[in-house]
Amino acid sequence: MSCFDKYSATDFGNEKGGLAAYSAVFAGTGSAQSPTSIFAPAATPAHSIFGLSMLVLSVTLAIFLIVSGLLLYALIRFRHRPTDSDREPPQIYGSNQIELSWTVIPILIVVMLFLTTTRVILGTEAIPKPASAMDVIVIGHQFWWEYRYPRLGVVTANELHIPVSDPASPTPTYLTMSSADVSHSFWVPRLAGKMDVIPNRVNVMWMDPEKEGLFLGQCAQYCGTQHAKMLLRVYSQSPKDFAAWVEQQKRPARQDFSGDPAAAEGQTVFMHNACINCHTIAGTVANGRFGPDLTHLASRDTIASGPIQNTPENLRKWIDDPNSMKPGSLMPSMHLNDHDLDVITAYLTQLH
Amino acid sequence: MKTASAIPIDGTMETPWSLPYRGTVGMACLIVAEAAIFIIFIVAYIFYIGKSLSGPTPAQVLELPIFGTICLLSSSITVHFAVSALRKQDFRTCTIHLAGTVLLGSIFLVTTAQEWYHLIHNEGLTIRTNLFGTTYYSLVGLHASHVVVGLIMLSLTLGFSLTGRVTEEHSEKLEVLSLYWHFVDAVWVVVFLVVYVLGR
Amino acid sequence: MTTTPVIEAIDETTGSQGRPPMNVVYEWLTTVDHKKIGLMYIVYALIFLVIAGFQAILMRIQLAVPNNHFVSPQVFNQLFTMHGTTMVFFVGMPILFGFGNYLIPLMIGARDMAFPRLNAFSFWISAFAGVLLYFSYVGGSGLYAAGTAPDVGWFAYAPLTAKIFSPGHSTDYWTLAVFLSGVGSIGTALNIVTTIISMRCKGMTMGRMPLLVWLYLVMASLVFVTVSPLTAAQIMLTLDRYLGAHFFDTQAGGSAVLWMHFFWIFGHPEVYVLVLPAFAFVNEIVPVFSRKAIFGYPAMVAASVGIGFISLSVWAHHMFTVGLGPAGNTFFVFATMVISVPTGIKIFNWLATIWGGKVIFATPMMFCVAFLFQFLIAGLTGIMLSAAPFDWQLGNSYFVVAHFHYVLVGAILFALFAAFYYWYPKVTGRMMSEKLGRWHFWLFVIGFHLTFDFMHVPGLLGMPRRIYTYEAGRGWETWNLIVGIGAIIQTIATLIFVFNLVRSYFKGEVAGHDPWDAWTLEWATTSPPPSYNFAVDPTINSRRPLWDLKHPEDSDSSYE
Repeated sequence: MSCFDKYSATDFGNEKGGLAAYSAVFAGTGSAQSPTSIFAPAATPAHSIFGLSMLVLSVTLAIFLIVSGLLLYALIRFRHRPTDSDREPPQIYGSNQIELSWTVIPILIVVMLFLTTTRVILGTEAIPKPASAMDVIVIGHQFWWEYRYPRLGVVTANELHIPVSDPASPTPTYLTMSSADVSHSFWVPRLAGKMDVIPNRVNVMWMDPEKEGLFLGQCAQYCGTQHAKMLLRVYSQSPKDFAAWVEQQKRPARQDFSGDPAAAEGQTVFMHNACINCHTIAGTVANGRFGPDLTHLASRDTIASGPIQNTPENLRKWIDDPNSMKPGSLMPSMHLNDHDLDVITAYLTQLH
Repeated sequence: MKTASAIPIDGTMETPWSLPYRGTVGMACLIVAEAAIFIIFIVAYIFYIGKSLSGPTPAQVLELPIFGTICLLSSSITVHFAVSALRKQDFRTCTIHLAGTVLLGSIFLVTTAQEWYHLIHNEGLTIRTNLFGTTYYSLVGLHASHVVVGLIMLSLTLGFSLTGRVTEEHSEKLEVLSLYWHFVDAVWVVVFLVVYVLGR
Repeated sequence: MTTTPVIEAIDETTGSQGRPPMNVVYEWLTTVDHKKIGLMYIVYALIFLVIAGFQAILMRIQLAVPNNHFVSPQVFNQLFTMHGTTMVFFVGMPILFGFGNYLIPLMIGARDMAFPRLNAFSFWISAFAGVLLYFSYVGGSGLYAAGTAPDVGWFAYAPLTAKIFSPGHSTDYWTLAVFLSGVGSIGTALNIVTTIISMRCKGMTMGRMPLLVWLYLVMASLVFVTVSPLTAAQIMLTLDRYLGAHFFDTQAGGSAVLWMHFFWIFGHPEVYVLVLPAFAFVNEIVPVFSRKAIFGYPAMVAASVGIGFISLSVWAHHMFTVGLGPAGNTFFVFATMVISVPTGIKIFNWLATIWGGKVIFATPMMFCVAFLFQFLIAGLTGIMLSAAPFDWQLGNSYFVVAHFHYVLVGAILFALFAAFYYWYPKVTGRMMSEKLGRWHFWLFVIGFHLTFDFMHVPGLLGMPRRIYTYEAGRGWETWNLIVGIGAIIQTIATLIFVFNLVRSYFKGEVAGHDPWDAWTLEWATTSPPPSYNFAVDPTINSRRPLWDLKHPEDSDSSYE
């Protein structure tokens, strides 16, 4: 089916050095198993955030231990005991020195945290874009993702393929994002922080995966009924595999089905139905932009932006009645008869 | 556990105890809240200057509403005189100045209505035409609605004054109403500057 | 020091012994007495607390396992919208206004609020607004004509709220209900500020007001500049939806981000509006049960006012992922981190109040102690979120949901529980059951921590908010299940609390004027107070008039 089965969603890799201790702490929280843990960074933006988060967590943990320790001590040491006299304790109204010290120390902590945070902000948002960067235009839709590679001439949907970036000569991917309808947000935790995808506005983010693998995420800004199933799948590939993928995606859709009468008939049925108004199949009359590009549909692992495995049975069921599988999806049921459903499925499953 | 042995608390006070009049404080609070609402509409107006995708621009269709502005700002002066007259128990002068305020405020509304008629029928600018239309009508309209409310209150007061029911002990209340009216005029100054000067 | 005849002899009870029910109903419907209005606000809020709590339980059941089908996505999306909107506008605001209404005139030695009729009007318009919001379940029409309640989230982001993406009227129910609630809020806030400025009893300078009064003054002042931007934005939204305006119409060049700015210019100070009264309650209760004056009164006032001002400058920390750019992000990081300084000062001052005192662990104090630990944690997770890059991961995830519930439930609701147990004797003349209070406390603490401590974890593991279900295999399942169990325990604890409230009214031990041996003016009149509050207008000489009366050899007035 797809040539990416060798990539496991839980390709966690090893975190070396001093981070091992922190990993141990969070292993108990199941992060070692979670494919979307922010504590398993696999690209520079996620790494910088991870470093900052370790600092912030340490500082806040220290503050918590000190203050709650003092509080607990006070509650125990100064509790009213039955043997106490009736006299009220001495009434202390304040102390300038004490109050000054617990104003100055927090200010110093704030300054330190602020400076380190600023450094990470600038290191992510204010660095120049390298010439070797690859560009992808991301367009958010209710409830799927459109990807266009302007310099490579590729248009696809829902599954983003990007090259691994070698730290010696980085090839980060820059995502230029906007929305066709309402606000969405692109979040793949292991690669980078999230960035909102907003209509009438262009946002840019970048990621440079350090290893091959499948990285998961999902839309992180409530965008309507099926916000929950607007999943993200980012395939990070070696330069060779990525080039092969691009080659395949650049080709126009297969149109010769001489050995496969069902698929041939399916193609005819498709091109004579309203499908062509919403979907594009490169090289045919289907050139709609409202729904995902289907030119290489069969090369994807999933349909409906992630929640459904791309099998013929699922595909047929989806086309028959999308709302039965993803209620609130904007694709209407086309009310095709069984035969048409069979042949269209046969056709689409051949679009590698 | 001891309990209070005597209630109420009592004690001696050397200096007189006086606190601000609650009407003035209440009106000041209302003005702060209303000012915040206006500021948001003004921010939206400024944010969208020059961003309309189509349709008439302010420079093309807006003219300085000098006459209406003079009337409205003068009405602040008349209402001020009404308040000071009432304090001096000069009820006749108070009534005259109240009437002047209502008249000047009404003239302002009429000039606004004329301007809108012209914009809608001659220039084709409505709230849905473009961003300029949206922000212009909503801001000027919000202000006009506050003028209407103020005029209703002033007219009621004028009515009471004409029938001799307003006395010196109402002077604090009239001052509170005049504060509202001054606020409405001050908002107009800002709207005027933003819409007719800056925005054009 | 003079004495007067015992008040009861000349008092006419406001209870309803032997009066025809319709008279009682009429009296409550037409009352302008701040105490009755305060109680109506509180009861109204408690009813909505139960409804919104029920909505939360439904959501937790749906999220207990992955790919669940307990409720449909449409229903779930309405549930989180209604839960959030109800809790903020029809539980939080009314209950805090209710306590303020009841306590402020008593604490400043006044007979009522400055504008009693405005008080009643504000209550009834807020009450109507709540009913209007829920009428949407019956009357509204939304997407697919199926769901009818609003489903755009409590912050109703544009352009999801545009007519084309949210057809029908469900969004308008949200807009109008919240708008009317805002009108009521501004009215009550106006009343509170005017009462505090213009109606204090003789001798009560601003520097001698109880801290609760100071905090309500800051909170009410904040309401004017907080609620108004939302009111303005809602007018704009309604103009967009009905008159074809383009404020947030991205197709016509409008800006979705502008709505976000306006909403959060409201939304952030709003959470301070909600938390300042919680501080107020703790400021009154902790000293009494530590048997010590509050440590650092001037600093507490300065910190509260400072928090009020700074809170107006931090709003875009809710927008770190919008792409404001490094300059914008950096500014808001700074402002947000700065606000932690006065907030921390308050925690230290409470600690110093307890230090050297004699701590009595009555139920109000236990809730305050839990408040202190929980508010500390909530503030610290807030600091984590204020580091913008960290927020790029954690924003819009369950970590944020956990953080703000930690403040809303762990701090504010706990402080409210403390306030209930503390002032219930004053309002009804009877004590609440300490035994039931203990059960309530411990069950609620266990349930709260099960839910909201562990809710942070799915956020750290990549779970966004507002999703009606989630994929298996993300590592989120166990945590969501534990969160749900905690919710059920909290429900049981709350039911015990409600039972305690009702039962104690009939069977509670008689309280007397001053059961806690406290020091502020509300304890200087009967329990419940007569409709005129005080037989004679008080004159005071210090911050703790009753302390001075009880300890003439060591009175506060000799230190000021």
